[in-house]
Amino acid sequence: MDALAAKVMAVIAKTQRIPPETLSIDSSFEELKIDSLDGINIIFAVENEFSVNIPDEGVQNLKTVRQVVDGVHSLLLQKAELLQKTEPPAPGAA
Amino acid sequence: MNRVAVTGVGLLCSLGQSVSEAWPRIAAGECGIRPLSDPGTPPYKFQAGAQVQNFDPLRHFTEKDLIVLERFAQFAAVAAREAVAQSGLAGSSILAEETAIITGTSVGGQFTEEEGYLRLYRENNPRVSPLTIPRTMSNAGASRISSEFGIRGPVYTVSTACSSSNHAVGQAFHMVRSGQVMAAIAGGSEAVFSEGLLRAWEAMRVVSPDTCRPFSAGRRGLSLGEGAGMLVLENWDHATERGADRLAEVIGFGMSSDAHHITQPSVEGPKRAMKWALRDAGIQPNRVDYINAHGTGTLANDSMEAEAIWSVWQQDSARLLVSSTKSMHGHTLGAAGAVEAVITVMALRHGIAPPTAGFLAKDPACDLNVVPNHPVFAPLRVALSNTFAFGGLNATVAFQRCPSAE
Repeated sequence: MDALAAKVMAVIAKTQRIPPETLSIDSSFEELKIDSLDGINIIFAVENEFSVNIPDEGVQNLKTVRQVVDGVHSLLLQKAELLQKTEPPAPGAA
Repeated sequence: MNRVAVTGVGLLCSLGQSVSEAWPRIAAGECGIRPLSDPGTPPYKFQAGAQVQNFDPLRHFTEKDLIVLERFAQFAAVAAREAVAQSGLAGSSILAEETAIITGTSVGGQFTEEEGYLRLYRENNPRVSPLTIPRTMSNAGASRISSEFGIRGPVYTVSTACSSSNHAVGQAFHMVRSGQVMAAIAGGSEAVFSEGLLRAWEAMRVVSPDTCRPFSAGRRGLSLGEGAGMLVLENWDHATERGADRLAEVIGFGMSSDAHHITQPSVEGPKRAMKWALRDAGIQPNRVDYINAHGTGTLANDSMEAEAIWSVWQQDSARLLVSSTKSMHGHTLGAAGAVEAVITVMALRHGIAPPTAGFLAKDPACDLNVVPNHPVFAPLRVALSNTFAFGGLNATVAFQRCPSAE
């Protein structure tokens, strides 16, 4: 989980063009001056990084770094379960 | 009806990233059309263009700003900063509350659009950047200028191909003249050196393989250019009262449509735009001393424009100075009117008709004094700036020297 959090934070820092040390797992988007447009750009980068699809309705609720990490974590778990159940890999997993 | 002064100008083109850098080169006839930085794979049929040299966005914007700012929008903002700084209006309530912004661009953020298409069609990746829309939208430059200076008046963007920014300057002029606003930032920007756009221009077979020689025998087409021009137009009395330096006066604006053909030029449309601008200014043709021509360097445009000018000035055409500065900064498409408006203002202010560079020999089909290769020093009274767009949309703006000659 720590490695995942570090990776998510690296993506956020890179997308926002801010030094990685300025954010922590407990940072809020508001503190980081991440507005709604920045938010969808971060989600886009996170989806690319982890090959997951974050549903539109979930995006509105993401307000902190921790929520993004938790969200990615659960999506990765779902994906792993799906992969175990279905052979060959599900569409979109590539 | 209010008189309208130009109290600030900003310019970015292949010959410099400010008026003070570019104007002396343009006045001297220096050509800014150079080998393309990327010749293309396979090579484009043309290998030259008027690219802005060594433009470093980070000199002008933060990394965060650049997330949503495409090259054309960056150009617009940089030119607007120069114009607003010169006007001395920065921070004033007039700028915040009673100023309009009208910009022109032909294609907007082409690079981002093409990046999206690459992902979609080459990589079969349906996920395009969520910033595609704000980066490509044609009003991105106008909106950036508005946010940066806190300008909350009328702000919009005009897109009429190569007449875009003359329409923008002309409409801004009418808004200040009517009293709708006290001032306006008007102009346009374009960034054309994206692969998709270069291939599209290549396919039209109107781009010169080497350089642009408007009105000259041996001309082979236009040269593409990129850049921006911005002008601060201001209520004359307001500018006078605050002691602002009035660089020139805008006195007329004419527009017309050929209603003829999507790409073939006509004599009648441009003639009517020029006559309309003179009528709007309330002056006779003989008051005009200089025309900054549309002068693209294509066979069709230049002979048509020469005929249109002849049809208005007739025998007086021999006296009239006419040049196409596209021979130096290239055809900046949606920015052309604005880039050339700034040059026209400087021409009036300094009494210098900038030349048509690269001129080889007279073409009998273009029987005009086109100021070949070397500038003419003359106390110019009134100057016109022409743009004629694909789609048959023509726009002419008339400027007068300050202090006015009457």
